[in-house]
Amino acid sequence: MVAIKRVIDPYVKVRVKNDGSGVETNNVKMAMNPFCEIAVEEAVRLKEAGTVEEVVVVSVGETSCQEQLRTALALGADRAIHIEAETGLEPLTVAKVLQSVMEKEQPGLVLMGKQSIDSDNNQVAQMLSALTGRPQGTFASNVTIDGDTVTVTREVDGGLESLQLMLPAIISTDLRLNEPRYASLPNIMKAKKKPMEQLTLADFSVDASRRQEVLNVAPPPERQGGVRVASVSELVDKLKNEAKVI
Amino acid sequence: MATLIIAEHNNLSLSPDTLKTINAAMALSSSVSVLVAGDNCRSVADEVSKVAGVEQVLLANNTVYEHQLAENLSALVVEVAGQQYSHILAPATTFGKNLMPRVAALLDVGQLSDVIQIKSEDTVIRPVYAGNALAEVRSNDPIKVITIRSAAFDLAEIQPEQSAPVSELDIVIANDMAQFVSRQAVESERPELAAARVVVSGGRGLGNSDSFALVEKLADKLGGAIGASRAAVDAGFVSNDLQVGQTGKIVAPELYIAVGISGAIQHLAGMKDSKVIVAINNDPDAPIFQIADYGLVGDLFELLP
Repeated sequence: MVAIKRVIDPYVKVRVKNDGSGVETNNVKMAMNPFCEIAVEEAVRLKEAGTVEEVVVVSVGETSCQEQLRTALALGADRAIHIEAETGLEPLTVAKVLQSVMEKEQPGLVLMGKQSIDSDNNQVAQMLSALTGRPQGTFASNVTIDGDTVTVTREVDGGLESLQLMLPAIISTDLRLNEPRYASLPNIMKAKKKPMEQLTLADFSVDASRRQEVLNVAPPPERQGGVRVASVSELVDKLKNEAKVI
Repeated sequence: MATLIIAEHNNLSLSPDTLKTINAAMALSSSVSVLVAGDNCRSVADEVSKVAGVEQVLLANNTVYEHQLAENLSALVVEVAGQQYSHILAPATTFGKNLMPRVAALLDVGQLSDVIQIKSEDTVIRPVYAGNALAEVRSNDPIKVITIRSAAFDLAEIQPEQSAPVSELDIVIANDMAQFVSRQAVESERPELAAARVVVSGGRGLGNSDSFALVEKLADKLGGAIGASRAAVDAGFVSNDLQVGQTGKIVAPELYIAVGISGAIQHLAGMKDSKVIVAINNDPDAPIFQIADYGLVGDLFELLP
């Protein structure tokens, strides 16, 4: 099972709305969260290697999420589950919905991105692991399944760490796990015929009440434009005498 | 109400990120306890007891906590937290990011990630969209679980004459679902990236890993740490734990020198709070120049040596 999210395209420079309510998402290019693409790719590779039988992609969000689910199907996932809900659900709510999906689907492994590049929370995988009482392998840069365990190499501050987890486990992907493929046109066409189950938040007995309120969203303070220096000696002089940092 | 801070350490010494988290907690009007969980980590508890502002140290010293894995450590934190703590904090390092959401979910509360400012008991400021927007968020949860971006806070002081009481806990929770296999640390004599006063970073412009020696030489001369852009890491010039950016480390040194780095949004997210930014690039239109205090246009291979 792979959980994916629709976000603003990572190469778009976001604009904060003037009323402080959030960032502008109208008429902005959307895409699959880059960490989620890596999770889909890893699942498809595990299937191609014969370790995994079926890849199910799940997304919780507005109807437009189905575009990203179709993309995942074109990349090699077998079927999709879309859970209709408003955008911007809190990570704990998403984790609870995914917990219910796990109970129904009984996946041997759950893959998802380590963080979404809009809210930058880095929470859902860990929360899902807690709710299901399963082990977690966060920030994975290598995943090897061996019988009923999985060995995960994690990117941690100061280097790498390897853990052996009992399956089913929840793994969140780091950027260096793999390089996602592009969907070919024939695969995009085939993806249109793959099954997509449509559910709504109401189908789950999940408490979706908000615990956090966003009071204001503001642009970060702007840095003042700097100066161009002509030579190394001028730079060193400025750093020594003006900025006093060396 | 009281605050519980989960200490990050390597069983020998406390991480500087924990000192910054303790300092961040001073914005909350409550007493501060620090939980030190590990194996043979008495020295860490003693170290914590001398940190300004710490009132109590809780020590869970057992082999089951040796590698501080999230599965049993989260259960320990929840058991310790009970009803007594209104705030639970940890640094937003890979340690804190791994552990804290698990703690939050077990307590059935949300989490506030990577907080850069604590405005009040329930309201914080945190960056979103790779630091391109700052969100002011109020949590209505009974317990606030928070990770602290260390680059945004100063170190708490060490007071050698202080000695907060250390109480030993005898809660032993085994972890039968996850097992530590190995750890590969990157050896370096340079200061740690996240805590360094000076950071010299190299990007794709360096061309190959041999040229990275130029960056290393400059860093050594300035007593600084070395960093890298994602392009430099992906191209294999340096190991990934040196990556600065949204997906790597977030730094805010006094001086940041970007060499051969164009300044993509994801990279800027990791360094734009540095006090002074110097850019050295042969492309006068590189976005890095828009945020650099001092820019030098030219060939880095001529300028660096």
